[in-house]
Amino acid sequence: MINEFSREEYLLKGNAACAGCGPALALRYVLKALGSRTVLVIPASCSSIIAGAYPKSALKVPVYHIAFAASAATASGLVEGLEAQGIEANVVVWAGDGGTVDIGLQGLSGAAERNHNITYICYDNEAYMNTGIQRSGATPYGAWTTTTPLGNKGRKKDLPFIMAAHNIPYVATASPAFPKDLVNKVAKAQKIRGFKYIHILAPCPTGWRYDPRLTVKIARLAVMTGFWPLLEIEHGRLRLNSPSVNLLDPARRRPLKEYLELQGRYRHLSEEDLKVLQRQIDEQWARIKAMLEVQEELEDQVEQGQGERQH
Amino acid sequence: MREFLTGNYAAAYGVKLSRVEVVSAYPITPQTSVIEKISEFVEKGELKAKLIRVESEHSAMAAVIGAAFSGARAYTATSAQGLLYMYEMIWWAAGSRVPIVAGIVTRAIAPPWSIWTDHSDFMTLRDAGWAMLFASSAQEVLDMTIQAFKLAEELMLPVAVGWDAFITSHTAEPVEVPPQEQVDYFLGEKKKSPVAVDFENPFAHGALAFPKDYPKFREDIHRTLKAAGEVYSNIERRYCEATGHECYGLVEEVFCEDADAVMFIMGAAAGDAIHAAGELRRKGLHVGVARIRSIRPFPRKEVEKIARRASKVIVFDRSYSLGFGGVLATEVRSVLHEEGVDTPVISVTGGLGGSDLPPEYFEKIFLKGLGV
Repeated sequence: MINEFSREEYLLKGNAACAGCGPALALRYVLKALGSRTVLVIPASCSSIIAGAYPKSALKVPVYHIAFAASAATASGLVEGLEAQGIEANVVVWAGDGGTVDIGLQGLSGAAERNHNITYICYDNEAYMNTGIQRSGATPYGAWTTTTPLGNKGRKKDLPFIMAAHNIPYVATASPAFPKDLVNKVAKAQKIRGFKYIHILAPCPTGWRYDPRLTVKIARLAVMTGFWPLLEIEHGRLRLNSPSVNLLDPARRRPLKEYLELQGRYRHLSEEDLKVLQRQIDEQWARIKAMLEVQEELEDQVEQGQGERQH
Repeated sequence: MREFLTGNYAAAYGVKLSRVEVVSAYPITPQTSVIEKISEFVEKGELKAKLIRVESEHSAMAAVIGAAFSGARAYTATSAQGLLYMYEMIWWAAGSRVPIVAGIVTRAIAPPWSIWTDHSDFMTLRDAGWAMLFASSAQEVLDMTIQAFKLAEELMLPVAVGWDAFITSHTAEPVEVPPQEQVDYFLGEKKKSPVAVDFENPFAHGALAFPKDYPKFREDIHRTLKAAGEVYSNIERRYCEATGHECYGLVEEVFCEDADAVMFIMGAAAGDAIHAAGELRRKGLHVGVARIRSIRPFPRKEVEKIARRASKVIVFDRSYSLGFGGVLATEVRSVLHEEGVDTPVISVTGGLGGSDLPPEYFEKIFLKGLGV
């Protein structure tokens, strides 16, 4: 458990992030957890810009910018090449939601199935922000984007569980509003051999239409309302993290409205839309609850089975 | 050591002898047996390489680019649709200056589906910043694959080695496999790549370049590739000195010295064209064949010299720039125009989708070229 963050800064001052950028905040923590022996692979995304223009770099670790769909495969080659030469390093993909849940999904799925020793981190700002706020597969129901001017009709793709279905050793969700949780998850992932997937919900003041000073507050509300549960799936075992662990009881979740009303992208939301979104969140929690119960039952059965065999 | 090898197996031997460290590929006919043979080498422990069996060609090219970023020697192979599917990464490879080698077992592009050879897929590499070599026998596939790694590491650019589906890829021929020591001596120490990861002096690679910076990246590739003819010729010569194998240069000339009509051609069909030229020579007609072995760098000097001596130039293309004409013919014409050579050029396109090219076909073309 890490209680003190590294004082080293790897995301340097003067980088090109917008004021209040959630992804930049998350990246700062992530790199503190990873340290200098890290190589980043960054597909087309806001981070292609945040990382700085040639010949400068806003990052104090080696960075390879790569084509939109190519990050997981490039990291696969990078880590295998390093291993072939006996070089130890953290190979880390830092990709946006579009590059992960949409165009990069095939490559990501392949790399996960092959179980390369990579940490793949998706910073999810829920739309194509770098190109000007177009809808992605990670955009939630009801959210305004420039390509869903009347609100998104689709439902946010549940990538953490899609990745868990690949039976990789580690899957986690995180938030920049809970930096200790985030840093510990990255540090844990670093120690596990194989493919690790971390999905960070990272608020974007530009695209979500809110005052940049509210980033941490909004990120926290996403968790506290139950919109974004903090969880880990380690070697197949699901676990809720604090504070989400207390939110299995709906009564303990903050009203969803508190999260939505701070964001211009939800301004047009009708009462009906709000109900749809609330129902999706309730379903998500019902599923998590059921999974935890089934998991416990199965574990009991296995334990009993082992006990019986021993007798 | 003499082995009986198909072109695809010869490529796999070339990869093994070059001590490649990472291989990544996705299966497509007729490329498959290249990777199958490499898999066998890896699993038997004869080649100490990481084999990444990716889920697509886009990922195959991305993976070998990534491997090159680690400083490893990397190889992939593909054909037709596979090459088109990896096309975005083809350009990324050249722009990244990674010294990777790709085998291109040429196959016609669909639709309609075809698994047989023509050069339309290979020719899509033409403007992408790759060095492009083309073999016409299994022996040449092996030799060129090894030479390609040296060339790639000299230029810090990716190199494609092409050969024809089935005619070369699946036809077994006696192949002289050089001993490992000879190849080790020829390749020498792997050259340190300036784009390989460096934790002590971290840099960002491929970052956004503003208009004032962008052009120099392209111009540098252009200059490097334009001047690569001599680089390749020297590499080939050193290879032949090390192994005792035959040296051809960028263009193999057969009966060209005194030829009235010379045919430029690339790939396996050159053998049939040479056969046809021999037949016509027996009848007293002075015809020759100039087999192009490198598209990039383009053999400007050789083409100029050969065309200047001849009274008629025929360029045989196994691909189209659809709506314009033969790609090689266009390039030959362009060089001759720039060099002030006024030998007339006839462009012929044929052999598409594996359609047969017997010697009689080439005889007819020669006769037409001679106006007989």
